[in-house]
Order: sequence, then C-alpha cells, then structure tokens
Amino acid sequence: MASHGIKDKVAIVGMGCTRFAEHWDKGLDDLIVDAATETFASAGVTKDDVDAYWFGTAQSGMSGITLARPLQLQGKPVTRVENYCTTGSEALRAAAYAVASGAYDVAMAVGAEKVKDSGYQGLNAFPIPNDGTARTLTAAAMFSMVAPAYAAKYGIDEDELAQVLARISWKNHQNGSKNPRAQFTKPVSMETICASPRVAGKLGVFDCAGVADGAAAAIVVRAEDAHRYTDRPLYIKALSFAAGSGSGLIDPGYDYTHFPECATAAADAYAQAGVTDPLHELAMAEVHDCFTPTELVLMEDLGFAERGTAYKEVAAGTFDLDGTLPVNPDGGLKSFGHPVGASGLRMLFEAWLQLRGEATPERQISSTSRLALTHNLGGYPGEMVSFVSIVGTELG
Amino acid sequence: MRGIVSIAGYVPRHRLERAEVAAFLGSGGGSGTRAVAAHDEDTTTMGVESARLALRSVPGVRPSTLWFATATPAYLDKTNAATVHAALGLPATTGAYDFGGALRSATGALAAALDGGGTVAVVAADVRDGLPSSADEAGGGDGAATVVVGDGSDGAPVVAALIGRASVTDEFVDRWRTPGDRRSRTWEERFGETRYVPLGAEAFTTALGSAGLEAGDVTRVAVTGMHARAARALGRRLGVGEAAMADDLARTVGQAGTAHPLLVLAAQVEEAQPGDVIAVVHLADGADAFVFRVTDARTGWRPDRPVADQVAAGAPLPYGRFLAWRGMLTPEPPRRPEPARVSASAAWRSEAWKFRFVGSEDRASGAIHLPPARVSMEGGAVDDMVPVERSDTLATVATYTVDRLAYSPSPPIVFAVLDFDGGGRFPVELTDVDADAVRIGDRVEMTFRRLFTADGIHDYFWKATPVRARAAG
Repeated sequence: MASHGIKDKVAIVGMGCTRFAEHWDKGLDDLIVDAATETFASAGVTKDDVDAYWFGTAQSGMSGITLARPLQLQGKPVTRVENYCTTGSEALRAAAYAVASGAYDVAMAVGAEKVKDSGYQGLNAFPIPNDGTARTLTAAAMFSMVAPAYAAKYGIDEDELAQVLARISWKNHQNGSKNPRAQFTKPVSMETICASPRVAGKLGVFDCAGVADGAAAAIVVRAEDAHRYTDRPLYIKALSFAAGSGSGLIDPGYDYTHFPECATAAADAYAQAGVTDPLHELAMAEVHDCFTPTELVLMEDLGFAERGTAYKEVAAGTFDLDGTLPVNPDGGLKSFGHPVGASGLRMLFEAWLQLRGEATPERQISSTSRLALTHNLGGYPGEMVSFVSIVGTELG
Repeated sequence: MRGIVSIAGYVPRHRLERAEVAAFLGSGGGSGTRAVAAHDEDTTTMGVESARLALRSVPGVRPSTLWFATATPAYLDKTNAATVHAALGLPATTGAYDFGGALRSATGALAAALDGGGTVAVVAADVRDGLPSSADEAGGGDGAATVVVGDGSDGAPVVAALIGRASVTDEFVDRWRTPGDRRSRTWEERFGETRYVPLGAEAFTTALGSAGLEAGDVTRVAVTGMHARAARALGRRLGVGEAAMADDLARTVGQAGTAHPLLVLAAQVEEAQPGDVIAVVHLADGADAFVFRVTDARTGWRPDRPVADQVAAGAPLPYGRFLAWRGMLTPEPPRRPEPARVSASAAWRSEAWKFRFVGSEDRASGAIHLPPARVSMEGGAVDDMVPVERSDTLATVATYTVDRLAYSPSPPIVFAVLDFDGGGRFPVELTDVDADAVRIGDRVEMTFRRLFTADGIHDYFWKATPVRARAAG
C-alpha cells in the first residue's frame, strides 16, 4: 500500500481558460468550446490529436456526451467526472494517470460549469432523494463555524480575527484586480469588506467567493514527448487526493480549526514531489479560498505556517503577491467565483502562466523557485475531499 | 378503578399579545396573550411533545393503544397517530388511530378510553386561528395534551380516578368549517349560548350524580369550548362557587380547541392534592363532563414540566411574524431552491433515526454514530453496533452559526454542533431560540419538529432548543 505518484512522467503542454464571469450570453457549450479551442491552440493540436478526454462538471450535465456534443468528438473515449468542488482537478488527475499508464499518448482534461442559469444566488446541489434528516445549510454557514472555533482555540480576539479574514479578501481582490480573466477586477478596500452585510455567522458578503460561470482545460502528454508540443512544458510533480469519511461531523474530537483531509493530501503531495519546506520551495500556491476562514486554515494544513500562527502570517503579508509565498496570485475563488467543474483547472492555469512568465506584468511573480502548488477542496468542515497538485518547469 | 395514570400538556413557547392585533389592524385582539405554535410545529409535533412529557412521568408504562385527536390535522387520509407512535418509539403491535375533524374529538377519545380497557394514550392537539382581527384569531390558542388512561395494573397507579362521566349531544349549527376552508364560521353567538348552557349544566349534573356528589363537593372545575361566552355563562350556572372555578387558560394560552379540555385537565391534576374532586366540562355540539377523584398516588407522580410552568415561560412573538407563520401574510422567501419532497422509502428505512433520534454505538470502541452507521468510524468494526437513543438526552453547543441564506420557512436558520451527554455529536438546527443569544456551552434538548413541507409531504425530524423550565424538586 503506497502512494507512488507520477513525478516527471506526465507534462502539461497546453492550457486554456475563459474569463470567469456571469456569462449571460454564453451557455455551457460556448464555455466548453472557448476553453477547448484556446487549449488546442496552446498545444498546437486538433481535437483529433487528443486520444482521450475527461470532462469535469458538478451539475451542468451528465456523461461524456456533455463534452463530446459541443466539440463534436467522434468515437473518442470521453468520461464525465464529479467529485464535489474538486471536480476540475479530478478531470486532470484522470487524464494524467491515463497518459502515465501508457494507455494514451495525448489526453485532455476539461472543466466547465454553467452556474448562473439556475436563477438563484450561490451554488445549488441536485436534490438526491433522501429521508429529510440531512442538514440544509449553505456552504457559507458551514465554513462560518471555523472562525469562532479558531479564535477560541488560539485565544485570538474575534474582532482581530475578523481583520485578518478581511485582509485575505483584500489581498485576493488586489490580485484579481491585476487579472483580466477574473470575475471581479476591481480592488476592494478593507472598509468595504468589513462593512459588508453578514450572510452566515460572522461572514460577510466579501468573505465569500464570487459566483461565476467558466471553463478551463489542459492537455497532457508523456514527459518525454513534451517538447514536441511546447518549449516550456509544466511537469507534474505530484497529484494527491484525500476523501474524508465524513466522521468529522459526528466526532466530538473534531474542533473545526483544521481540515485533516487537506493536511493528508498535502503531506502525500510533498512526499511525491520531494518538497520539505513548501513555504520556501514553492513559487506560488493557488488554494481553495471559498471563504476567508478556509484560506486561513489552509495556510496551516498545507504547511505554509505552524498551527495557530497563520493569522499572524496573513497579517504580516507573508502570502501577498510580494510576500514569501504568494497565495492565490490570480485572485482566487474570491475574484474568480467558483464554477465548480472549472475551478481546479483555473488554479492550474495560473501556475501555467506564472511558471512560464506569461502572467500580466502587474502580477507576474519573480521567484527563483520553479514549483507551483494548487489545492482544491470540496465539501464542508468535517466532511471534505481534498486535492493537491505540484507542477514544475524542470525535470528531476 | 380506572382513570388517569399520567397526564401532561404542551404549550408552545411563543405568545401573541392580543393588544398587538388592534395596534396593527385597528380592530380585533383584546387583552392577555395566546400561545402560538412555531412555524415548525403542527398538531402532530405538539402532540408528540405532550406525549413525551406524559410518558416520562411513568417510565414503566407502555400504552397498548394510541389515539390522536385534532380538528386541524397535518394529514388527512394518512394517520397522524402513526407519526406520534413512531416518535414515541412504541412497538409495532401498538395500535395508532386518529379521531379527526370535530372539536369534540378529544373528549370523545378520552371518554372511550375511560370506558374501555387496557392502557390508552389519548393525545390531543390543535392549532386555532382565524382571519386577521377575528375573535377566533385572538381567542384561539395552540397546544396539546396527553392523557394516559389505565387501571393501574400496568406499572403505574391511577393518580386521578374517574368517578363520574356524562355526555349529551345536540344537533345545531353554531360553529362550522367545511373541508378545505381556511377559517371557521359561527352563527350569531346568542343562539349557541342558549343551547350550550343547559347542555353543559345537564352533563355536569348527570356526571356528578353518577359519582354520588353534589356541586359543593367539587374542589375545582373548568369549562372549556370555543364558544367563550357560553363557557363563561355555564361557569356561573354550575353552582360551585368562584373559588372552585379553575383557570381555563383563556387569558394566557387561548382556547386550544380539541385539545383544550385535556390541557386544562392536565393543569388541574398537576395542582391537585389527594382527595380533591376535579371536573372538566367541554362544550362542543353537546357537552362532555368528567369528574375525577385525585388518589394518594398523586404524591408519587411527578409532572416533568407542569402546564403552569410552560404558561409562565412564554416569549413574545410580533404579530407580523404570527401572520407570516399562519400564511396570512407572505414575506419574501429566501432566494434559494425549496427542498424536494422527502422520499417515502428512504424515510421508512430510517424510521428509528428520523422519528426517534436513535443512533448507534459501536460495541467495541464505544463510538456513537448519529445517524446510525454499519461501519464504525473508530476501529472499523462492521455491523457490531447497538441502538442508542438521544431524543431525551441533553446536549451542549460546541459551536454554532446563523445562516441567513439557506432556505427556511422562517429565516434565518440557527444551527449548532451539539455534543450529547454520554457521547455523540450531531450538527442540527436550533428552534425557539433567539439567534443573537446562542453561545458556545449553551445547554439544549431535542424537540420533534416539522422541517418543511414539499408536495404535501411533511418532513418531520428533530431540532434542538434551549432547555425549558422543569418542575423544581
């Protein structure tokens, strides 16, 4: 029993990503065609050159035909995957493993979500027939329970913590303001963030990710073939995944100040990639900032800060664009919204741009490190799935 | 000797100040308060709460039959008593039947139980209102009561023995509601008064006579019925004297329809001493009179939560919210999808969990699973669990939140992670709670509620509520 990983066996040779926005004028098919077309061009291939497809969407469609029809893929193996909010990352994992196994030469992961056709704010799940006893809270409410628990555990004044959380929102909006593909491209002041109306617990509107439509895609090939497609491939160093058992919801030992699934996935990814000091070895990290307390806790779960210290590091600017480890340099879920099937690949797209020096100049990170991390989670505190990838520009 | 083995009332927490009605509408209302069922309560859930209280006082008693009476049932065709039966965890072999429709249903069920055999739980509940500013809206009340009737042979003695009973019936139109109508209608009240007063007097006199008593022997008597004027007039005609007239709860709770005579009877038994003679006369399409003598066993019987304590523990409810809860006024709902209807088969499979809040305990590790599980979260044992009931267990708030976005029939949702005494954690909605007053460490208890209704199917499950006042001592 072991997690061996596929370090340096698979390379990403092309990526694409739509703007994330309330695309009233685009349907799911349009988003898919836009992201796929950009990705094919990026890798210099046609749809026929791709041997197999994995399509991630949480709720916008079922089966691989949701992808095959708009792209008119003929007789290709096309599979739809879903794994809560890590759906996009799961599509990449499947495509990468397919290539690593030798089953295919070229595989593509596409993630897309059309959220804004529901007529409701926020994300809404399919109702699965049930006994009527499951909780019906919003994700905001579930994650809102983290902040008071964290403050109590580490003896932090709740108002001080609120400032720290606001700073996470402020930082991500700052970064998003430098990214034309973001849903929100204007900086937001600390005053505005702190004055926003509450939606759940003490979380205000600006503590929550936006809600947007979007699509993103990646093409992967065997590492030795990478330079046939691009001069600057990204090599997959680690892909890890952890699904919790849901016992956090009913285990009196769980205290809502950490996400064990995320720590598990991170530890596995670091072992696969040979990373021992992520804070200093990584050039950047894209993390799942669905709500501001989530990003705070993730800084500890991902090993960027010691337990109980992330709030100090956030306040000190450690994770700012010019900090020790820029976190969510593209603006994160906060600025991009969260089209569930696309988000994991959108995170990877920022790693693709940054490590290749193709980010907009205002947000381009100048780092000697050649590694980037993406972290994607789904579910709630106590009942979560978590994905971590590490990609790099060099073999070895 | 046959009579009352245990009895309890349930008065919901919320109170409408009647003066608020006139302040809002310019007319209607009156003085005093009325009890209001919360948005997540109906006659079935209130019936369950009263039955839990009544059975808690006689732990060894298990009724052989359950009768549920209401004029405002949550379901027609489907038996509401079956839901009460499930929430009480009664054996499958216990019959459960509804006495539905009329305001005389509960006294009829009580009479049948007293005339019959075995141990019978008579559960009654009602939700009363009318159009805004109407006399029914102000004078009505919501509540429930359960009388456990037996002969003392089933593990608990009779605390109030039936010594006299009479029923008289008359056909006349005083109050009526055709199926589907939202409100009741009434004839000119003078006509009903002229019918009810002699009917009630006849029933009372006959019942006393069958007990070999006279009016002066009665320690305490109450007259109930939706015809308030007739009830008051009859009280003056009974010949028992002012001191013997029991509080009919009209000023605090309001007339809780079908359930009201049993609710008032519960309060009387709770306040009585051994040897007291207590009586109730209920006016509804005739009159039913019951006369009991309180036995020495009363001293050993302890009500878990007396009606008087519940009446005193009310919390004010704004009139606007009352109207919204009653569907008389429609506030903007949260812009979230409404929940889908509950799956009948899924609900049936999880009956013990859904209706009784029964989880499971891993015999090897002791880990408690809410809901019950087959595979343990500790140690991984498979199918080695025993049921563990938590509906009567107090819990402590470990953390909480207020959800202002999620769908609720009455937003916001107050939600807490609970750690139960003796083990077990469950995240669950709080109810009858001030959203701003919840704190980590608060003590709560479980209460049976209706979460929502979709496609006409009610979703019953448990919520938690701050621990309510209990009888001292």
